[in-house]
Amino acid sequence: MGCMNASESFVLAIGTKKGLWLATSQDRKQWSFSGPHFLMSEIPSIGIDRRDGRTRIMVGVRSEHWGPYVAHSDDLGATWTEPEQGAIKFPEGTDAAVERIWQIYPDAESRPGVVWAGAEPISVWKSTDGGEHFELNRGLWDHPHRSEWGAGYGGAAAHSIVVNPAGDNVHVAMSTGGVYRSLDGGTSWEPRNKGISAYFMPDPNPEFGQCVHKIAADAAVEGRLYAQNHHGVYRTDDNAENWESIAEGLPADFGFVMLTHPRRAGTAWVVPLKADGERIPPDGKLAVHRTDDAGATWKRLDSGLPQSEFNAVLRDAAAVDSAEPAGVYFGTRGGAVYASADEGETFAEVASHLPDVLCVRAAVVAGAPVTAAASA
Amino acid sequence: MAEISVVLPSVLQPLAGGQSILTTPADGAVTVGCLLDSVTGTYPVLARRLRDETGALRRYVNIYVNGEEVRRLRGLETEVSAGQEVLIIQSVAGG
Repeated sequence: MGCMNASESFVLAIGTKKGLWLATSQDRKQWSFSGPHFLMSEIPSIGIDRRDGRTRIMVGVRSEHWGPYVAHSDDLGATWTEPEQGAIKFPEGTDAAVERIWQIYPDAESRPGVVWAGAEPISVWKSTDGGEHFELNRGLWDHPHRSEWGAGYGGAAAHSIVVNPAGDNVHVAMSTGGVYRSLDGGTSWEPRNKGISAYFMPDPNPEFGQCVHKIAADAAVEGRLYAQNHHGVYRTDDNAENWESIAEGLPADFGFVMLTHPRRAGTAWVVPLKADGERIPPDGKLAVHRTDDAGATWKRLDSGLPQSEFNAVLRDAAAVDSAEPAGVYFGTRGGAVYASADEGETFAEVASHLPDVLCVRAAVVAGAPVTAAASA
Repeated sequence: MAEISVVLPSVLQPLAGGQSILTTPADGAVTVGCLLDSVTGTYPVLARRLRDETGALRRYVNIYVNGEEVRRLRGLETEVSAGQEVLIIQSVAGG
């Protein structure tokens, strides 16, 4: 391990069923790994926060024996801090206990210190001190629909949080409640699932109850979001008032991943799975699909990916970085991690034989040289 | 004053300043819940590893009093007397 002297470097964080691996790179081809950190604990969520003049990696940690907690590192994993009183815990009177932290989402540059979290049981949390302490969002917790929200196979969780950097819009997606929207920064919430089918329910077009797997915002078009659902890929152009299918052209409309470009309008990535009974890449051939026209057409991207792959890619086991061109990363439940430095045109395997990959996050670290993370 | 001892598994000892045994003075019988409150009072991270924020014992954390796991007794209401040793042992589950 040594120091790098580039003006720009990259951090890749891989959360698995049995620990966290961290990697740094100057070119997104050669990666220097450390880990496992938190060996034998699962890492279902990672947030990389580059605001406030530092790179803070926050992780949701969950031990089967010792429960869940949130830790953070400001030195690329050389040391970790767990707030003594716990970062996320239900207040007295709620009679609830955190099961798993599903999402850690640093807010916009304009709101430094604000970090959102989504957890199981279904709940949204907000920190104003950089992720050291979170408060329960009471508007969503006390929502009259809460008793009717179901649990996905992986648990009852708020797994997606999308905050509009220019305003007070917040979108949350949950399994299996669907998409909820707040126009007042999280004070009040309304379901926004019109146009999204829930074919598995008596009413296939309910107000809520859809099984959304992931949502992501278009960085360059106000009010545009994309959703990967349990059978269904959708787009909204009116801030989730109405959704329409953009699944045509994909080999399957099932999957968990939904990624969007950090800057360019209309570009998004999915990783289709056959489903419902066969949760494998279609025909056992792994491929990412990208649209550059907001879902009108899709391009199959499989260069560098194995054409015999029977493992799924989970909803947060994929990420983009903010470089130009953008990097695309994802990991499989078979413990392989792939990276692309050209927006998915070509992939290379950067890790293999890890435990099930639950979560992947990547970031560009600009400026001063970055010391590669020490082993933990 | 007599004491009650709580024996920690090695994996939790770093959360108690490296100690393997935590002791607390006790005049008479106390509940296991009160005992945990007492011995983890200055170790909040240790406390959260054992019980969630509702106070419930985590599913795969087992506490033995006189060789009996407290879930077979009265759970956290099980009484422990001075001079007794309490063992905390995690389940050998998982893979």
